[in-house]
Amino acid sequence: MKLRGRAHKFGDNIDTDIIIPAIYLDTTSEEELAAHCMEGLAADFAQRVKPGDVMVGGLNFGCGSSREHAPVAIKAAGISCVIAASFARIFFRNAINIGLPVMVCPEASQNIQEGEEIEIDLAAGQIKNLTKGTSHQAAAFPPFLQEIISAGGLIEYTKKRTAIP
Amino acid sequence: MPAAQTITQKILAAHCGREFVEPGEFISVQLDLMLANDITAPLALKEFAKIGCERVRFPERVALVPDHFVPAKDVRAAQQAQLLKKFAIEQKIPNYWEIGRGGIEHTLLPEEGLVVSGDCVIGADSHTCTYGALGAFSTGVGSTDFAAALATGECWLQVPESIKFIYRGQLRPWVGGKDLILHTIGEIGVDGALYQAMEFCGEAVSALDIAGRFTMCNMAIEAGGKNGIIAPDEITLAYQKNRAKRSPKVYASDPDAPYARTIEFDCEKIEPQVAFPHLPSNTRPISRVGEVPIDQAVIGSCTNGRIEDLRQAAEILRGRRVHSNVRLIIIPATQEIHLAAVKEGLVQIFLEAGGVFSPPTCGPCLGGHMGILAEGERAIATTNRNFIGRMGHPKSEVYLANPAITAASAVLGRIGSPEEV
Repeated sequence: MKLRGRAHKFGDNIDTDIIIPAIYLDTTSEEELAAHCMEGLAADFAQRVKPGDVMVGGLNFGCGSSREHAPVAIKAAGISCVIAASFARIFFRNAINIGLPVMVCPEASQNIQEGEEIEIDLAAGQIKNLTKGTSHQAAAFPPFLQEIISAGGLIEYTKKRTAIP
Repeated sequence: MPAAQTITQKILAAHCGREFVEPGEFISVQLDLMLANDITAPLALKEFAKIGCERVRFPERVALVPDHFVPAKDVRAAQQAQLLKKFAIEQKIPNYWEIGRGGIEHTLLPEEGLVVSGDCVIGADSHTCTYGALGAFSTGVGSTDFAAALATGECWLQVPESIKFIYRGQLRPWVGGKDLILHTIGEIGVDGALYQAMEFCGEAVSALDIAGRFTMCNMAIEAGGKNGIIAPDEITLAYQKNRAKRSPKVYASDPDAPYARTIEFDCEKIEPQVAFPHLPSNTRPISRVGEVPIDQAVIGSCTNGRIEDLRQAAEILRGRRVHSNVRLIIIPATQEIHLAAVKEGLVQIFLEAGGVFSPPTCGPCLGGHMGILAEGERAIATTNRNFIGRMGHPKSEVYLANPAITAASAVLGRIGSPEEV
């Protein structure tokens, strides 16, 4: 599957309080969470994102709280994939579990700038910067994680495992 | 004979029916306990419904703790807490507490004896790593992980490498578990232990009371750690003696266990620490803080809301007054601690000093309620995070410190030490 969109660039240590402040954790509504995504850093983020756009972070993306509302908000805002130099572990597993594509690629994280046009081949782990004409290879997922990803997330994976014949 | 292992490896191996697990491999572990709160459970229950299994696999291994937005701060918070209650009743989950009997999850569950040494625990809350202080493996996960664990009793994990942190020597006055962990995070950074187990040892850790050990393990996540862990000793077993609902199992790392690295600290050189905005790694020793006036001081949270923390604050506040420009908010972590603070006369000391004493809640730590900061305001807190907007307005600031520094700062009206009051 190929994804295509513009890049929204952020720095290192983007924490989950920035992604979605706790004051909005009184709901599980995806639309409401999306409306407040990243507002502490970029008040108009939710309005600027077009479906398919790509979020680019630096080191330790998604650090802090375990709130799954963070990847849910990013996904519901229309972001198709998050690329980072590294991810905090709870955010990483939450993203895998809910089916938000994430890619670990320090090179792309450095190279890509705000607003650049990005094309992603998830299966191949390839990130193309169409604006600059450069290409980057993301780290491959271990087979176990690939199983969860290809099932469409942990709920579908668990359904298969607990299926009552 | 199996190869040498760390305490973390041994506990994980025991929970997937093996003798040995290797760092880096993916395993599915049988859980002794899984928990969620009034923020993470609602999302999890929505996902659990999608799995299509009607019953929770092991209701007695589940804990649902309303603690973040309770006493319900508004209708929406009340609706969320109600979801937990209804689910607990419907699924016959015994471990559910209304306010007045419960408290902050990570202080409550060890207090109730629901977590014991040798356990394997997940929680839909990042500070689940707290229970490592009992010599258990425990780690924070997300709501969907919790939902899947409700259905299966299991969780997928990657076996972490371990970092060994050795704290040598004796602690200086007013230095405790909070200062050791802040200093450590300051040294290695907020991703310094990413995906790794943080194993704490050395004579200074052995000398810490159980409260100080909980504080250290609680903030392992602030260095990116998967879990914090301290091998059980007499102090650990004494704490569990009249509490444990199951038998503690004592594990220890083999002498030649593999570590990704070993980091040593000389505690004679560690002063009380203050983490400046906006990262817990942004630490300075108290002697190098400079002039930082404050509007609010918060003592509480899963990090420092235990009776030992309140006693330390009371020692400084006894017979003194909170500075006229400062709001002091003190929050015991559980009902048991609240009652002890009343019986020991600590509450009277806090009130006479001009502070307020709240029922247990996570409240201000995450900017929920019970002490939110306005634009431009500055707080010192015994909590665990000082991210942008963590305690309120995006242009407010949080400084992290231990209870003694926080209490002294409330009196001084600026960040300072007990020696200055």
